[in-house]
Amino acid sequence: MATVTNTSNGTYKVVGTRPLRPDGVDKVTGRAKYGADYSLPGMLHGKVLRSPHAHARIKAINVEKALKLAGVKAIVTGRDLPEGENKSVPLGEMSVNPRHLGHNILARDKVLYQGHAVAAVAAVTPYIAEQALELIEVEYEVLPPVMTVDEAMASTAPILDPELRNEELGDQPTNIAKHTQLKRGDIEAGFKSAEIVIEREFRTAMVHQGYIEPHNALATYGSDGRGTIYCSTQGPFEVRGMSAAVLGISPGSIKVVPAEIGGGFGGKTTVYLEPLALLLAMKTGRPVKMVMTRAEVLRASGPTSGSHIKVKMGCTRQGTITAAHVWLAYEAGAFPGSPVAAAAMTVLAPYAIPNVLIDAYDVLVNRPKTAAYRAPGATNAAFAAESVVDELAERCGLDPLDFRILNGSHEGTPHPAGPPYKRIGFIETCEAIKNSAHYKSPLKGANRGRGVASGFWFNAGMQSVAMVHVHADGTASVVTGSPDIGGSRASCAMIAAEVLGVDVDQVRPMVTDTDAIGHTDVTGGSRVTFATGMAVFQAAEDVVRQLKERAAKLFECKPDEVEFRAGTFAAKSNPSTSITIKDLAKRLPRTGGPVTGRAAVNARGVGPAFATACIDVEVDPETGKVEILRCTIAQDAGKAIHPSYVEGQMQGGTAQGVGWALNEEYVYDSQGRLLNSGLLDYRMPTCPDLPMMEPIIVEVPNPGHPLGVRGVGEVSIVPPPAAIANAIYRAVGIRMTELPMSPPRLLKAILARRAEDRTSPAAAARA
Amino acid sequence: MAKVFIPAQMRKLCGGQDVAVLDGTTVGELIEGLGRRFPGVSALLVEAGDLRPSIAVSVDGEIATGGLLERVGPNSEVHFIPAIGGG
Repeated sequence: MATVTNTSNGTYKVVGTRPLRPDGVDKVTGRAKYGADYSLPGMLHGKVLRSPHAHARIKAINVEKALKLAGVKAIVTGRDLPEGENKSVPLGEMSVNPRHLGHNILARDKVLYQGHAVAAVAAVTPYIAEQALELIEVEYEVLPPVMTVDEAMASTAPILDPELRNEELGDQPTNIAKHTQLKRGDIEAGFKSAEIVIEREFRTAMVHQGYIEPHNALATYGSDGRGTIYCSTQGPFEVRGMSAAVLGISPGSIKVVPAEIGGGFGGKTTVYLEPLALLLAMKTGRPVKMVMTRAEVLRASGPTSGSHIKVKMGCTRQGTITAAHVWLAYEAGAFPGSPVAAAAMTVLAPYAIPNVLIDAYDVLVNRPKTAAYRAPGATNAAFAAESVVDELAERCGLDPLDFRILNGSHEGTPHPAGPPYKRIGFIETCEAIKNSAHYKSPLKGANRGRGVASGFWFNAGMQSVAMVHVHADGTASVVTGSPDIGGSRASCAMIAAEVLGVDVDQVRPMVTDTDAIGHTDVTGGSRVTFATGMAVFQAAEDVVRQLKERAAKLFECKPDEVEFRAGTFAAKSNPSTSITIKDLAKRLPRTGGPVTGRAAVNARGVGPAFATACIDVEVDPETGKVEILRCTIAQDAGKAIHPSYVEGQMQGGTAQGVGWALNEEYVYDSQGRLLNSGLLDYRMPTCPDLPMMEPIIVEVPNPGHPLGVRGVGEVSIVPPPAAIANAIYRAVGIRMTELPMSPPRLLKAILARRAEDRTSPAAAARA
Repeated sequence: MAKVFIPAQMRKLCGGQDVAVLDGTTVGELIEGLGRRFPGVSALLVEAGDLRPSIAVSVDGEIATGGLLERVGPNSEVHFIPAIGGG
């Protein structure tokens, strides 16, 4: 049976404890170097000219006047990039289409969203570069913008990419890049056997990850034909590969140095400025630095999709779900690649449903190309499905958690995409909430309600490399290629310390560049503590193996006659003959030289993550404002290496889910121009908007990891919007079906309900 | 014989079948066998000698890292699922 606990370190010495973060002092003293902190002698400054139109043909670009401006050193346009291949190619965790990627970096024949890059300038100061942008003349033929999936899927819709085809429509131009279908059982028979059927339709707005640090890049290019890019990224190897693909050069000719990162949440898994800075450096022979403004980040980097979702679900009166049909259409932005396939695979994942049909559409619209955002695709989908699950539970007269537990996926349940689950902890997250002080507490007062919802995320494995170096003083360095966006350095140091039997402050973790470590996939998919942690575990074991050989030399025995326990090596035949790691480290030069452990993994054994949230709200019926009164989230971490960091991830994800639920949205005018490209108008939650979020770490160990680790970085964002919608329903009796549930939208629904109550006798009776 | 679960959108090429039982020691051999039995299917799964980038393969409930070279056992269950990325 699973352990539902606030974690204890059990038999571990280091794992499960809460040491100070190794990067903390650098960050609070300002010594940590973020991307924009890098500068080099002779450096130029790059700026990007962006399209004022959401959809337009570029008829001509004239850069003559701009080039004549004193201080301008180079200008590039889409014609300076090679035309990439128009097909998906694998690149680490993701696949990319080099043509689409290149056209997003610099538009070629068409601009496809307001903010689409049209030209880039390098000049001796940022101000001259900005002046030069004003001197570039672009002649556009403005086309009608297509802003929603409904408009884009209509047969009469203007076509964004005349070359786009999908497998089902043959040679017919379309804005639908892909249709994915998942099917199991007999959907008609499933609904026939249902006694209660709910069918609802939902819409969610495009939202941004909201990382505080804007995108940045500093590039150099030497006469030896080698370039270096310093930048803030979740994936230095992806930056290398994508920049090479865009520029048509060898990935091996680029070194990427990842800076400290000021938030990413999936948004820094692709490139925007990096290839441009390198291209301008190649043109000028000088370092080029580029930093986005906040408006550029919101207009032109990758948010996540808005969506239109339909859910039909049926169950017996006793509460057993018999069938579910889900239809999802997600905004891809200007180029294919929304997370709708992930949405299809997550939307029903918490439940064992025998008859399932899921149709998912990836749809082009005149908005920025979407990028990953924490459990990409899952939050929109869960908002829809978990609202319907809540309604079914109510119709059955069941507690919403009991309904989830009754239908919950467990070991052996087939995932909607096919394979059966191994050991998972969904039901345990529901039980943790059910047993929580929060859920057991009464909620009193007018216009207050409590909602619950659950969520799923796959987590990922993939490739990671780690090295562990032993130093003469007995300390160790752990070197990886995984940028630390959520505490992975601490986790890696703790894993190494656990294996080596030393205190964690004796282990120094660091993240290095693409020339100094083997290929390591992106920090994403909640994979670093799982996969890079697995590599660190194995590299530390490699150190122990080598040190046993050294100890054997000193003990004059065979290595397999040496045992290792709690940081001390001893001869099995004579345990009093022993030596600590610290003392052995001093003897390395005379026993064979330095010791470095290494491991490279293509990690298997990924354990998926589930989370369940319980949220209390109070609705102001006069303004539609929702206040979050209390919020508890339970998440299966497998094993929490550093519980404080796990709790931080859970709280951070929940906070983002609250923002997505209540306020955040891209607001466009009828011409496709973004109206809220600053953080005053793009309303992210701040401290006054949020109560203390109470995390409950559930530990159902993942059998695929030596320490039981699952990923923890993403799934906590998934349940909050649905939990809040369900809470609003219990507060004011209105089922919200559109995100964000902002004050104007909720007030409109409240006023509509009041009007209905005044005019409808049935409603009046209900009231 | 391994059990290969056929993705929904490929079933029309497979006479509506959702499962095929096939001989093979690797994912690649199973796909070849599937293609022999149902012409046109293998081209939807394989491109340039590797799994298509948009497709992942699960063998016995585990996302396989070996692509076409992934070993399968005589009683293995193989699913083809959309490849995805995380944030």
